[in-house]
Amino acid sequence: MNDTKQPSKIAFVIGASSVGTLIEWYDFYIFGMLATILSKQFFPADAGTSALLSTLAIFAAGFIVRPFGALVFGRLGDLIGRKHTFLLTLIIMGGSTFAIGLVPGYATIGWFAPILVLLLRLLQGLALGGEYGGAATYVAEHAPEGQRGFWTSWIQTTATLGLFLALGVIIFIRSNQGVDKFSAEWGGWRYPFWISIVLVGVSVLIRMRMSESPMFTKLKSEGKTSVNPLKESFGHKANFKMVLLALFGAVMGQGVVWYTGQFYAQSFMETVCKIDFIQSRNIMLVAILMATPCFVLFGWLSDKIGRKWIMLAGMLLAICTYRPIYKEFINITSASNRSQIIDLRLTKSGPFMPLVDAKDRHKMYLRQVKDTFYSDGSVFKYTITDTLIGFDELGVNRPINLINPTLIKYHATKPNVVVEKTMGKAASWNLIWLVFIQIVYVTMVYGPIAAFLVEMFPTKIRYTSMSLPYHIGNGVFGGLVPFLGTLIVEFTKSPAHPNGDVLAGLWYPIGVAVVCLIIGTVYLSNKIDKNVMD
Amino acid sequence: MNSIKKILGYVWMLLAPAIIFFLVFQAKNKIIHATEATRANTILQWVIILIIFTPICVGFFIFGKYASENAYDHLPESSEEIED
Repeated sequence: MNDTKQPSKIAFVIGASSVGTLIEWYDFYIFGMLATILSKQFFPADAGTSALLSTLAIFAAGFIVRPFGALVFGRLGDLIGRKHTFLLTLIIMGGSTFAIGLVPGYATIGWFAPILVLLLRLLQGLALGGEYGGAATYVAEHAPEGQRGFWTSWIQTTATLGLFLALGVIIFIRSNQGVDKFSAEWGGWRYPFWISIVLVGVSVLIRMRMSESPMFTKLKSEGKTSVNPLKESFGHKANFKMVLLALFGAVMGQGVVWYTGQFYAQSFMETVCKIDFIQSRNIMLVAILMATPCFVLFGWLSDKIGRKWIMLAGMLLAICTYRPIYKEFINITSASNRSQIIDLRLTKSGPFMPLVDAKDRHKMYLRQVKDTFYSDGSVFKYTITDTLIGFDELGVNRPINLINPTLIKYHATKPNVVVEKTMGKAASWNLIWLVFIQIVYVTMVYGPIAAFLVEMFPTKIRYTSMSLPYHIGNGVFGGLVPFLGTLIVEFTKSPAHPNGDVLAGLWYPIGVAVVCLIIGTVYLSNKIDKNVMD
Repeated sequence: MNSIKKILGYVWMLLAPAIIFFLVFQAKNKIIHATEATRANTILQWVIILIIFTPICVGFFIFGKYASENAYDHLPESSEEIED
C-alpha cells in the first residue's frame, strides 16, 4: 500500500480515475447541450415545444435515475470492489452514449426513436450514479493522510472539465460544419456521441492497468467486506443518520450551487438575456477554464482548515449574491439600460421579406431584420415577424408591395420580435466575470465534498453510503434547478406582466441553500477524519 | 448547541409535511387553472415533482426526528461507532 503513496503512483491513480470520470460527464452533458436538435430528430416534426419539453424530460430522467445507479453500483462496489465496478459503469456509459448516436430519427423508425433514446438515457444516468462514488472512493483510499482533500479535488474538476469538453467539441463541429449540416438527420450532432466510444476505449485500457483499492483489498483479505451493503447503509440508524446529514447538511446545497453556476447561468444568458448561442457558450468556456484551478485550491485548503466552513462559505456567498449577479446580467445586456451610444453609421434595417407558411397558404409572414450597433462593439439583431392572414390564398412569392391589401383579413397587431445579442468585448468580459464568480462558489462547495463524504462512512459500505446522498443532492436537487427555476418564473407571469419576474427562478436554489446552510452550520463537524481505513 | 439541534429537529419535522402540503396545493391550483392545451403537460410536471419530492420530504422528516432525539449531539469519530 505504501507504493501507492509515491507521488508517481498517486498521479497515475488520479489520472486514470479522472479521465474516466471526465468522459462520463462528457457523455452525460452532450445530451443536454444538443436538446434542441435531439427534439427535432427524435420526435414528430410538428411537435414543436412539446418535443423540446419531452427531450428535456428525457434529459431530466437521466438525473433522476442517478440515485438508483448509486444504489446498484454502490452495492456492487462494496461487494466486489471499486475497480471492477467503475470499469463496468464506464463501459455502460460509453456504450449507451455511442448507441444514442446510432438511433435513427423519428422520420425513419417513428416512436421507437424516442423510446430507444429514453432507455439509453436511463442507462447513462444509472452508470453515472455508480461512477462518481467509485472514483472518489478509489482516489481517497489511495491518498496519503492529510492530503485527501487535495487529491480528491482532482476528481472534482472532472465534472466541470467534462462540461468544458462537451461544449468545446460541439462548438468545434458546429463551427466547421455549419448549422444545416450539423442539424441534419445523420449530421454532425451525432459525432460527439460517436467520439465517446474512442474516449471510453482509451479510458478502459488505462483503468484495466489499475489495481484494486488498498483498503478494500485489505478488508477482503481479512473477510470483513460487507455482506449486505444496502442494509448496513440504510437499515442501521447509526449509519443512516449520517447519510441524511450528508444529504441535508452538505450535498443538497452543493448540488443547487453547482447547477446554478454551470447550467442555470448559461440558460439565463441564452433565454432571458438573449445572448447568441455560440457567445453564451464561449462565455461559459472561458469562465470555467479560469475557475477550474480553484477546485484544487479549495481541496488543498480543506486539508488545512477543514471541509465544513469552506463548503458553507460557498453556499452563503451564493445565497447573498445570486440575485445581484443575475440583475447585473440583465443590466449589461438590456437595450434600455445601455449607456453606450448607438452607432448610426452601421445600424441598419433590412428589407421586408415575405415568407409563405409551408402548411397554411392563407398565412404569410413579413420578416425584417434590424441590426443595432453600439459604440462598445455590441450588436443587437432584431428579427421582427409580422403575420398576415388572407381571405384568399396568399401563397405566392411576390414582392410585398404587390400583395393586394384587400386580400388581407387579419394583420397581427403585435409583431413577434426575436432578439439575438452579440456583446462587445468589455460587456462579454463583464459577463465572464459574473459566471466566473458563480463557478468559484461551485469550486468552494464541490472541491472538498468528495473527501468530506469519504470521511463520513466506513470502508466496507463507503461506496454505497456516499453515492446515494451525492446523487440525490446533485441529480435531484441540482439537476432540477433549470426545470424548477423556469417553472417558478412561469408562475409569476400574468396578463399584466407577460414576462413575469425573470429572477424568481433563483428562489429555488437560494431556498435549498439556506436550509442546507443552517443544517450544515448546526449539525456538521469540521473535524477531519485522519483514519479512513476503518 | 445541543438544545438548538433538538429544537431545529422539531422545525424540520414540521417543515417536511408543510412542503408536501404546499406542493400538493400548488399542483391542484396549477392543474385547475391550466388551459385545455397545457393541462396534460401541467399534470405530468406536477406528478414528477410530487413523486420526486415526497420521499425526500419523508427523509427530511426522519432527519428531524433523529435530531429531536439528540442523535446528532455526538457525531461518530470512528467507523466502529457507526457499525455498532
